[in-house]
Amino acid sequence: MKKSEVPQDKSNLESANFRELCYAVDENGEYTTAHTTGWDPKTIALDNAIDEINQRIEDAKKRVHNNQTSPIEYYMELHKMDLQILASYVGLWQWRVKRHFKPKVFQKLSNKTLQKYADIFDITIKQLKNIEHAN
Amino acid sequence: MQINFTHHQSAHCENGVVSNLMKHHGFNVSEPMVFGIGSGLLFCYIPFLKVNHAPAITYRAMPGFIFKRFAKRVGIKIEREKFKDPKKAKAVLDNNLNNNNPVGLQVGVYNLSYFPDEYRFHFNAHNLVVYGKEENTYLISDPVMETVTTLTDKELEKVRFAKGALPPKGHIYYPTNFPKELNLEQAIVKGIKHTCRDMLAPMPILGVKGIRYTAKQIRKWPKKLGTKKANHYLGQIVRMQEEIGTGGGGFRYIFAAFLQESSKILNNPKLSELSKEMTQIGDIWRDFAVDASRIYKNRGAKADGYNEVASQLEILADKEELFFKALKKAI
Repeated sequence: MKKSEVPQDKSNLESANFRELCYAVDENGEYTTAHTTGWDPKTIALDNAIDEINQRIEDAKKRVHNNQTSPIEYYMELHKMDLQILASYVGLWQWRVKRHFKPKVFQKLSNKTLQKYADIFDITIKQLKNIEHAN
Repeated sequence: MQINFTHHQSAHCENGVVSNLMKHHGFNVSEPMVFGIGSGLLFCYIPFLKVNHAPAITYRAMPGFIFKRFAKRVGIKIEREKFKDPKKAKAVLDNNLNNNNPVGLQVGVYNLSYFPDEYRFHFNAHNLVVYGKEENTYLISDPVMETVTTLTDKELEKVRFAKGALPPKGHIYYPTNFPKELNLEQAIVKGIKHTCRDMLAPMPILGVKGIRYTAKQIRKWPKKLGTKKANHYLGQIVRMQEEIGTGGGGFRYIFAAFLQESSKILNNPKLSELSKEMTQIGDIWRDFAVDASRIYKNRGAKADGYNEVASQLEILADKEELFFKALKKAI
Protein backbone atom coordinates (compact mmCIF):
# COMPACT_ATOMS: atom_id res chain seq x y z
CA MET A 1 0.00 0.00 0.00
CA LYS A 2 1.27 3.45 -0.90
CA LYS A 3 1.16 6.19 1.69
CA SER A 4 -1.08 8.28 -0.57
CA GLU A 5 -3.53 5.36 -0.75
CA VAL A 6 -4.01 4.94 3.00
CA PRO A 7 -7.80 5.03 3.34
CA GLN A 8 -9.44 7.90 5.21
CA ASP A 9 -13.02 6.66 5.32
CA LYS A 10 -15.57 7.52 7.96
CA SER A 11 -15.73 4.99 10.79
CA ASN A 12 -16.75 4.41 14.39
CA LEU A 13 -13.29 5.55 15.47
CA GLU A 14 -14.24 9.13 14.76
CA SER A 15 -16.60 9.38 17.73
CA ALA A 16 -13.66 8.73 20.05
CA ASN A 17 -11.38 11.10 18.19
CA PHE A 18 -9.00 8.31 17.48
CA ARG A 19 -6.88 7.50 14.45
CA GLU A 20 -5.19 4.21 13.85
CA LEU A 21 -1.64 3.69 12.68
CA CYS A 22 -0.79 1.65 9.62
CA TYR A 23 2.29 0.89 7.56
CA ALA A 24 2.73 2.06 3.96
CA VAL A 25 5.50 2.96 1.48
CA ASP A 26 6.32 6.54 0.53
CA GLU A 27 7.27 7.91 -2.94
CA ASN A 28 10.81 6.52 -2.59
CA GLY A 29 9.63 3.04 -1.73
CA GLU A 30 10.64 3.43 1.92
CA TYR A 31 8.37 2.11 4.65
CA THR A 32 6.77 4.65 6.92
CA THR A 33 3.71 4.95 9.14
CA ALA A 34 0.50 6.82 8.38
CA HIS A 35 -2.68 7.56 10.26
CA THR A 36 -6.00 6.26 9.03
CA THR A 37 -9.45 7.38 10.12
CA GLY A 38 -11.02 4.15 8.94
CA TRP A 39 -11.60 1.85 6.00
CA ASP A 40 -15.05 0.95 4.66
CA PRO A 41 -14.58 -2.83 4.26
CA LYS A 42 -13.73 -3.21 7.93
CA THR A 43 -16.32 -0.71 9.11
CA ILE A 44 -18.93 -2.84 7.35
CA ALA A 45 -17.54 -5.96 9.01
CA LEU A 46 -17.64 -4.34 12.45
CA ASP A 47 -21.15 -2.92 11.91
CA ASN A 48 -22.36 -6.36 10.90
CA ALA A 49 -20.85 -7.86 14.04
CA ILE A 50 -22.57 -5.21 16.18
CA ASP A 51 -25.90 -5.82 14.39
CA GLU A 52 -25.51 -9.49 15.12
CA ILE A 53 -25.02 -8.75 18.83
CA ASN A 54 -28.02 -6.41 18.89
CA GLN A 55 -30.14 -9.11 17.33
CA ARG A 56 -29.02 -11.58 19.98
CA ILE A 57 -29.95 -9.05 22.69
CA GLU A 58 -33.40 -8.46 21.15
CA ASP A 59 -33.94 -12.17 20.84
CA ALA A 60 -32.97 -12.76 24.48
CA LYS A 61 -35.30 -9.95 25.55
CA LYS A 62 -38.23 -11.56 23.76
CA ARG A 63 -37.53 -14.88 25.37
CA VAL A 64 -37.39 -13.27 28.82
CA HIS A 65 -40.82 -11.73 28.16
CA ASN A 66 -42.17 -15.10 27.03
CA ASN A 67 -40.75 -16.66 30.19
CA GLN A 68 -38.48 -18.94 28.14
CA THR A 69 -35.27 -17.76 29.74
CA SER A 70 -34.12 -15.74 32.75
CA PRO A 71 -32.83 -12.16 32.67
CA ILE A 72 -29.31 -13.51 33.22
CA GLU A 73 -29.14 -14.59 29.59
CA TYR A 74 -30.36 -11.15 28.49
CA TYR A 75 -27.70 -9.36 30.51
CA MET A 76 -25.07 -11.80 29.28
CA GLU A 77 -25.86 -10.87 25.67
CA LEU A 78 -26.07 -7.18 26.58
CA HIS A 79 -22.49 -7.38 27.85
CA LYS A 80 -21.28 -9.16 24.69
CA MET A 81 -20.51 -12.26 26.75
CA ASP A 82 -21.00 -15.92 26.01
CA LEU A 83 -21.56 -18.77 28.44
CA GLN A 84 -17.87 -19.45 28.88
CA ILE A 85 -17.02 -15.83 29.72
CA LEU A 86 -19.96 -15.39 32.10
CA ALA A 87 -19.18 -18.67 33.87
CA SER A 88 -15.60 -17.61 34.44
CA TYR A 89 -16.75 -14.26 35.88
CA VAL A 90 -19.17 -15.86 38.38
CA GLY A 91 -16.75 -18.69 39.06
CA LEU A 92 -19.26 -21.46 38.38
CA TRP A 93 -19.39 -24.39 35.98
CA GLN A 94 -20.98 -23.54 32.66
CA TRP A 95 -23.80 -26.04 33.18
CA ARG A 96 -24.74 -24.28 36.43
CA VAL A 97 -24.93 -20.90 34.75
CA LYS A 98 -26.97 -22.46 31.97
CA ARG A 99 -29.32 -23.88 34.58
CA HIS A 100 -29.79 -20.37 35.99
CA PHE A 101 -31.21 -19.41 32.58
CA LYS A 102 -34.32 -21.46 33.44
CA PRO A 103 -36.94 -19.05 34.78
CA LYS A 104 -38.02 -21.53 37.47
CA VAL A 105 -34.48 -21.99 38.75
CA PHE A 106 -33.82 -18.27 38.55
CA GLN A 107 -36.85 -17.55 40.82
CA LYS A 108 -35.31 -19.69 43.54
CA LEU A 109 -31.78 -18.27 43.44
CA SER A 110 -30.45 -16.96 46.74
CA ASN A 111 -29.76 -13.28 47.18
CA LYS A 112 -26.07 -14.09 47.44
CA THR A 113 -25.99 -15.64 43.99
CA LEU A 114 -28.15 -12.89 42.53
CA GLN A 115 -25.78 -10.29 43.99
CA LYS A 116 -22.85 -12.04 42.28
CA TYR A 117 -24.53 -11.71 38.90
CA ALA A 118 -25.64 -8.14 39.64
CA ASP A 119 -22.06 -7.14 40.50
CA ILE A 120 -20.74 -8.57 37.25
CA PHE A 121 -23.31 -6.68 35.21
CA ASP A 122 -22.87 -3.58 37.37
CA ILE A 123 -26.58 -3.37 38.27
CA THR A 124 -28.82 -3.84 41.32
CA ILE A 125 -30.71 -7.04 42.14
CA LYS A 126 -33.90 -5.20 41.29
CA GLN A 127 -32.60 -4.46 37.81
CA LEU A 128 -31.42 -8.04 37.47
CA LYS A 129 -34.88 -9.39 38.27
CA ASN A 130 -36.67 -7.07 35.88
CA ILE A 131 -35.00 -6.19 32.63
CA GLU A 132 -37.32 -3.22 32.13
CA HIS A 133 -35.32 -1.47 34.85
CA ALA A 134 -32.10 -1.81 32.87
CA ASN A 135 -30.73 1.53 31.77
CA MET B 1 4.54 10.88 40.49
CA GLN B 2 5.36 10.50 36.86
CA ILE B 3 8.20 8.74 35.07
CA ASN B 4 9.76 10.56 32.15
CA PHE B 5 8.40 8.23 29.48
CA THR B 6 7.89 9.00 25.80
CA HIS B 7 4.76 7.64 24.17
CA HIS B 8 5.04 6.47 20.55
CA GLN B 9 1.91 5.25 18.79
CA SER B 10 2.21 1.87 17.14
CA ALA B 11 -0.02 -0.34 15.05
CA HIS B 12 -0.05 -3.29 17.39
CA CYS B 13 -0.15 -3.29 21.18
CA GLU B 14 2.38 -5.98 22.02
CA ASN B 15 5.10 -4.79 19.62
CA GLY B 16 4.34 -1.25 20.69
CA VAL B 17 4.79 -1.89 24.40
CA VAL B 18 8.08 -3.70 23.81
CA SER B 19 9.35 -1.05 21.40
CA ASN B 20 8.36 1.78 23.76
CA LEU B 21 9.94 0.10 26.79
CA MET B 22 13.15 -0.57 24.82
CA LYS B 23 13.29 3.04 23.69
CA HIS B 24 12.80 4.14 27.30
CA HIS B 25 15.89 2.13 28.24
CA GLY B 26 17.92 3.71 25.48
CA PHE B 27 17.65 1.08 22.73
CA ASN B 28 16.10 2.42 19.56
CA VAL B 29 14.16 -0.61 18.32
CA SER B 30 11.29 -0.05 15.90
CA GLU B 31 7.93 -1.78 16.02
CA PRO B 32 8.52 -3.85 12.84
CA MET B 33 11.88 -4.97 14.28
CA VAL B 34 10.21 -6.31 17.44
CA PHE B 35 7.51 -7.98 15.34
CA GLY B 36 10.00 -9.61 12.95
CA ILE B 37 12.52 -10.79 15.52
CA GLY B 38 9.69 -12.09 17.67
CA SER B 39 8.34 -14.01 14.63
CA GLY B 40 4.94 -12.39 14.96
CA LEU B 41 3.67 -13.23 11.47
CA LEU B 42 1.41 -16.24 11.23
CA PHE B 43 -1.80 -17.60 9.84
CA CYS B 44 -3.88 -19.96 11.89
CA TYR B 45 -7.50 -21.05 11.56
CA ILE B 46 -9.03 -22.89 14.50
CA PRO B 47 -12.48 -24.13 13.47
CA PHE B 48 -13.36 -25.66 16.85
CA LEU B 49 -12.51 -22.58 18.90
CA LYS B 50 -15.27 -19.97 18.73
CA VAL B 51 -14.69 -16.25 19.30
CA ASN B 52 -17.75 -13.98 19.14
CA HIS B 53 -19.73 -16.98 17.85
CA ALA B 54 -17.46 -17.53 14.83
CA PRO B 55 -14.35 -19.70 14.31
CA ALA B 56 -11.13 -18.22 15.65
CA ILE B 57 -8.65 -17.03 13.09
CA THR B 58 -5.40 -15.24 13.68
CA TYR B 59 -2.74 -13.54 11.60
CA ARG B 60 -0.21 -13.34 14.45
CA ALA B 61 1.58 -15.41 17.04
CA MET B 62 -0.01 -16.15 20.42
CA PRO B 63 -0.13 -13.15 22.78
CA GLY B 64 3.08 -12.90 24.76
CA PHE B 65 5.13 -15.01 22.34
CA ILE B 66 6.47 -12.05 20.39
CA PHE B 67 8.00 -10.44 23.47
CA LYS B 68 9.30 -13.75 24.80
CA ARG B 69 11.09 -14.62 21.56
CA PHE B 70 12.34 -11.07 21.04
CA ALA B 71 13.85 -10.98 24.54
CA LYS B 72 15.53 -14.34 24.13
CA ARG B 73 16.95 -13.53 20.70
CA VAL B 74 18.42 -10.12 21.52
CA GLY B 75 19.54 -11.18 24.99
CA ILE B 76 17.45 -9.15 27.41
CA LYS B 77 15.83 -10.52 30.54
CA ILE B 78 12.18 -9.97 31.40
CA GLU B 79 10.68 -10.08 34.84
CA ARG B 80 7.05 -11.20 34.86
CA GLU B 81 4.51 -11.90 37.52
CA LYS B 82 0.86 -12.96 37.72
CA PHE B 83 -1.37 -12.64 40.74
CA LYS B 84 -4.39 -14.12 42.46
CA ASP B 85 -4.87 -11.17 44.76
CA PRO B 86 -5.67 -7.78 43.14
CA LYS B 87 -4.26 -5.97 46.20
CA LYS B 88 -0.89 -7.60 45.79
CA ALA B 89 -0.95 -6.89 42.06
CA LYS B 90 -1.54 -3.23 42.83
CA ALA B 91 1.24 -3.13 45.45
CA VAL B 92 3.78 -4.56 43.01
CA LEU B 93 2.72 -2.06 40.35
CA ASP B 94 2.97 0.90 42.75
CA ASN B 95 6.32 -0.31 43.96
CA ASN B 96 7.71 -0.34 40.42
CA LEU B 97 6.37 3.11 39.68
CA ASN B 98 7.99 4.39 42.87
CA ASN B 99 11.27 2.94 41.64
CA ASN B 100 10.91 4.91 38.42
CA ASN B 101 10.28 1.78 36.39
CA PRO B 102 7.56 1.92 33.71
CA VAL B 103 5.91 -1.49 33.34
CA GLY B 104 3.91 -3.41 30.75
CA LEU B 105 0.53 -4.85 31.73
CA GLN B 106 -1.71 -7.40 30.06
CA VAL B 107 -5.33 -6.25 30.23
CA GLY B 108 -8.83 -7.03 28.98
CA VAL B 109 -10.32 -4.66 26.43
CA TYR B 110 -13.98 -4.81 27.48
CA ASN B 111 -13.69 -2.36 30.36
CA LEU B 112 -11.14 0.02 28.84
CA SER B 113 -13.12 3.22 29.22
CA TYR B 114 -11.11 5.20 26.67
CA PHE B 115 -11.81 2.76 23.80
CA PRO B 116 -14.75 3.45 21.45
CA ASP B 117 -17.75 1.35 22.54
CA GLU B 118 -17.86 -0.59 19.29
CA TYR B 119 -14.36 -1.89 19.91
CA ARG B 120 -14.94 -3.14 23.43
CA PHE B 121 -15.05 -6.91 23.15
CA HIS B 122 -14.01 -9.56 25.67
CA PHE B 123 -10.49 -9.77 24.35
CA ASN B 124 -7.97 -10.29 27.13
CA ALA B 125 -4.60 -10.00 25.45
CA HIS B 126 -4.25 -6.26 25.10
CA ASN B 127 -1.06 -4.60 26.35
CA LEU B 128 -0.27 -1.16 27.71
CA VAL B 129 2.37 0.67 29.73
CA VAL B 130 1.81 2.36 33.09
CA TYR B 131 4.26 5.19 33.58
CA GLY B 132 3.02 7.04 36.63
CA LYS B 133 0.34 7.67 39.21
CA GLU B 134 -1.36 10.78 40.45
CA GLU B 135 -3.44 10.14 43.57
CA ASN B 136 -5.89 7.45 42.44
CA THR B 137 -5.29 7.82 38.73
CA TYR B 138 -2.77 5.84 36.75
CA LEU B 139 -1.01 7.37 33.77
CA ILE B 140 -1.35 5.05 30.81
CA SER B 141 0.54 4.82 27.55
CA ASP B 142 -1.57 2.58 25.34
CA PRO B 143 0.47 2.07 22.17
CA VAL B 144 -2.50 1.91 19.81
CA MET B 145 -3.75 5.33 21.00
CA GLU B 146 -2.44 8.57 19.52
CA THR B 147 -1.75 10.14 22.91
CA VAL B 148 -1.37 9.05 26.52
CA THR B 149 -4.44 8.53 28.67
CA THR B 150 -5.46 7.66 32.25
CA LEU B 151 -7.38 5.04 34.20
CA THR B 152 -8.60 5.21 37.82
CA ASP B 153 -7.32 2.51 40.17
CA LYS B 154 -10.75 0.83 40.10
CA GLU B 155 -10.82 0.78 36.29
CA LEU B 156 -7.30 -0.56 36.12
CA GLU B 157 -8.08 -3.34 38.58
CA LYS B 158 -11.10 -4.33 36.49
CA VAL B 159 -9.14 -4.64 33.25
CA ARG B 160 -6.19 -6.36 34.93
CA PHE B 161 -8.50 -9.00 36.37
CA ALA B 162 -10.80 -9.48 33.40
CA LYS B 163 -12.12 -13.04 32.99
CA GLY B 164 -12.81 -15.32 30.05
CA ALA B 165 -10.31 -16.79 27.59
CA LEU B 166 -6.64 -15.97 28.37
CA PRO B 167 -7.35 -14.09 31.62
CA PRO B 168 -4.54 -11.59 32.36
CA LYS B 169 -4.50 -12.31 36.13
CA GLY B 170 -2.82 -8.99 36.72
CA HIS B 171 0.10 -9.99 34.48
CA ILE B 172 2.90 -7.41 34.87
CA TYR B 173 6.20 -7.45 32.97
CA TYR B 174 9.28 -5.34 32.36
CA PRO B 175 12.78 -5.80 30.97
CA THR B 176 15.52 -5.98 33.62
CA ASN B 177 18.91 -6.98 32.23
CA PHE B 178 20.27 -5.51 29.03
CA PRO B 179 23.38 -6.50 27.07
CA LYS B 180 25.87 -3.72 26.27
CA GLU B 181 24.84 -3.85 22.66
CA LEU B 182 21.91 -5.60 21.04
CA ASN B 183 22.95 -8.35 18.70
CA LEU B 184 20.35 -7.63 16.04
CA GLU B 185 21.92 -9.49 13.08
CA GLN B 186 21.70 -12.92 14.63
CA ALA B 187 18.30 -12.20 16.12
CA ILE B 188 16.91 -11.17 12.72
CA VAL B 189 18.07 -14.38 11.08
CA LYS B 190 16.53 -16.46 13.86
CA GLY B 191 13.29 -14.52 13.65
CA ILE B 192 12.99 -14.94 9.89
CA LYS B 193 13.82 -18.65 9.98
CA HIS B 194 11.18 -19.24 12.60
CA THR B 195 8.53 -17.37 10.59
CA CYS B 196 9.36 -19.39 7.45
CA ARG B 197 9.07 -22.57 9.46
CA ASP B 198 5.66 -21.56 10.85
CA MET B 199 4.27 -20.46 7.51
CA LEU B 200 5.46 -23.59 5.68
CA ALA B 201 4.54 -25.96 8.51
CA PRO B 202 3.06 -29.30 7.47
CA MET B 203 -0.01 -28.68 9.62
CA PRO B 204 -3.48 -28.43 8.10
CA ILE B 205 -4.58 -25.31 9.98
CA LEU B 206 -1.28 -23.42 10.16
CA GLY B 207 0.48 -21.10 7.73
CA VAL B 208 0.07 -21.54 4.00
CA LYS B 209 -1.84 -24.80 4.49
CA GLY B 210 -4.13 -23.02 6.91
CA ILE B 211 -4.96 -20.42 4.25
CA ARG B 212 -5.86 -23.20 1.78
CA TYR B 213 -7.93 -24.95 4.43
CA THR B 214 -9.83 -21.72 5.17
CA ALA B 215 -10.53 -21.26 1.45
CA LYS B 216 -11.96 -24.77 1.30
CA GLN B 217 -14.21 -24.07 4.28
CA ILE B 218 -15.43 -20.78 2.79
CA ARG B 219 -16.67 -22.63 -0.30
CA LYS B 220 -18.79 -24.85 1.95
CA TRP B 221 -20.18 -22.13 4.23
CA PRO B 222 -23.16 -20.76 2.25
CA LYS B 223 -24.69 -24.23 1.80
CA LYS B 224 -23.74 -25.62 5.16
CA LEU B 225 -24.55 -22.62 7.36
CA GLY B 226 -26.90 -20.42 5.39
CA THR B 227 -26.11 -16.91 4.18
CA LYS B 228 -26.47 -15.16 7.51
CA LYS B 229 -23.99 -17.28 9.42
CA ALA B 230 -21.64 -17.52 6.45
CA ASN B 231 -21.54 -13.74 6.26
CA HIS B 232 -20.86 -13.49 9.96
CA TYR B 233 -17.96 -15.95 9.66
CA LEU B 234 -16.54 -14.13 6.66
CA GLY B 235 -16.86 -10.82 8.49
CA GLN B 236 -14.83 -12.23 11.35
CA ILE B 237 -11.97 -13.11 8.97
CA VAL B 238 -11.88 -9.55 7.66
CA ARG B 239 -12.06 -8.12 11.16
CA MET B 240 -9.16 -10.22 12.40
CA GLN B 241 -7.17 -9.20 9.32
CA GLU B 242 -7.82 -5.48 9.44
CA GLU B 243 -8.94 -4.53 12.96
CA ILE B 244 -6.84 -2.22 15.10
CA GLY B 245 -3.39 -3.56 15.54
CA THR B 246 -2.54 -5.27 12.28
CA GLY B 247 -1.09 -2.22 10.53
CA GLY B 248 -3.11 -3.26 7.49
CA GLY B 249 -3.24 -6.45 5.42
CA GLY B 250 -3.08 -8.86 8.35
CA PHE B 251 0.39 -7.73 9.53
CA ARG B 252 1.85 -8.24 6.03
CA TYR B 253 2.86 -4.56 5.76
CA ILE B 254 4.60 -4.53 9.14
CA PHE B 255 6.49 -7.64 8.08
CA ALA B 256 7.49 -5.97 4.80
CA ALA B 257 8.75 -2.96 6.78
CA PHE B 258 10.78 -5.35 8.94
CA LEU B 259 12.35 -6.97 5.87
CA GLN B 260 13.27 -3.57 4.47
CA GLU B 261 14.93 -2.50 7.73
CA SER B 262 16.70 -5.87 8.01
CA SER B 263 18.01 -5.61 4.48
CA LYS B 264 20.02 -2.57 5.54
CA ILE B 265 21.24 -4.06 8.83
CA LEU B 266 22.31 -7.36 7.25
CA ASN B 267 23.45 -5.67 4.06
CA ASN B 268 21.35 -8.10 2.08
CA PRO B 269 19.67 -6.54 -1.01
CA LYS B 270 17.62 -9.69 -1.59
CA LEU B 271 15.58 -8.90 1.54
CA SER B 272 14.70 -5.50 0.15
CA GLU B 273 13.34 -7.14 -3.01
CA LEU B 274 11.36 -9.59 -0.92
CA SER B 275 10.00 -6.69 1.10
CA LYS B 276 8.50 -5.26 -2.09
CA GLU B 277 7.00 -8.62 -2.88
CA MET B 278 5.47 -8.85 0.59
CA THR B 279 3.94 -5.39 0.11
CA GLN B 280 2.25 -6.68 -3.05
CA ILE B 281 0.99 -9.73 -1.18
CA GLY B 282 -0.39 -7.36 1.48
CA ASP B 283 -2.21 -5.48 -1.26
CA ILE B 284 -3.87 -8.70 -2.40
CA TRP B 285 -4.99 -9.36 1.18
CA ARG B 286 -6.56 -5.90 1.13
CA ASP B 287 -8.33 -6.73 -2.14
CA PHE B 288 -9.62 -9.89 -0.54
CA ALA B 289 -11.06 -7.80 2.32
CA VAL B 290 -12.77 -5.46 -0.17
CA ASP B 291 -14.35 -8.34 -2.09
CA ALA B 292 -15.38 -10.16 1.07
CA SER B 293 -17.03 -7.02 2.43
CA ARG B 294 -19.03 -6.71 -0.81
CA ILE B 295 -20.51 -10.12 -0.12
CA TYR B 296 -21.81 -9.35 3.35
CA LYS B 297 -22.84 -5.83 2.42
CA ASN B 298 -25.54 -6.91 -0.01
CA ARG B 299 -26.84 -9.79 1.96
CA GLY B 300 -28.76 -11.47 -0.84
CA ALA B 301 -25.57 -11.76 -2.90
CA LYS B 302 -24.89 -14.66 -5.18
CA ALA B 303 -23.38 -17.78 -3.69
CA ASP B 304 -20.65 -17.52 -6.28
CA GLY B 305 -19.10 -14.65 -4.35
CA TYR B 306 -17.87 -17.13 -1.77
CA ASN B 307 -16.14 -19.19 -4.44
CA GLU B 308 -14.49 -16.06 -5.78
CA VAL B 309 -13.02 -14.97 -2.44
CA ALA B 310 -12.00 -18.55 -1.75
CA SER B 311 -10.08 -18.58 -5.04
CA GLN B 312 -8.42 -15.33 -3.98
CA LEU B 313 -7.27 -16.97 -0.77
CA GLU B 314 -5.88 -19.90 -2.73
CA ILE B 315 -3.88 -17.50 -4.90
CA LEU B 316 -2.59 -15.86 -1.72
CA ALA B 317 -1.59 -19.24 -0.34
CA ASP B 318 0.37 -20.04 -3.52
CA LYS B 319 2.10 -16.67 -3.46
CA GLU B 320 3.01 -16.89 0.20
CA GLU B 321 4.32 -20.42 -0.24
CA LEU B 322 6.71 -19.27 -2.97
CA PHE B 323 7.57 -16.18 -0.95
CA PHE B 324 8.56 -17.98 2.24
CA LYS B 325 10.54 -20.59 0.32
CA ALA B 326 12.48 -17.75 -1.32
CA LEU B 327 12.90 -15.98 2.02
CA LYS B 328 14.30 -19.12 3.62
CA LYS B 329 16.93 -19.29 0.90
CA ALA B 330 17.74 -15.58 1.10
CA ILE B 331 19.19 -15.70 4.61
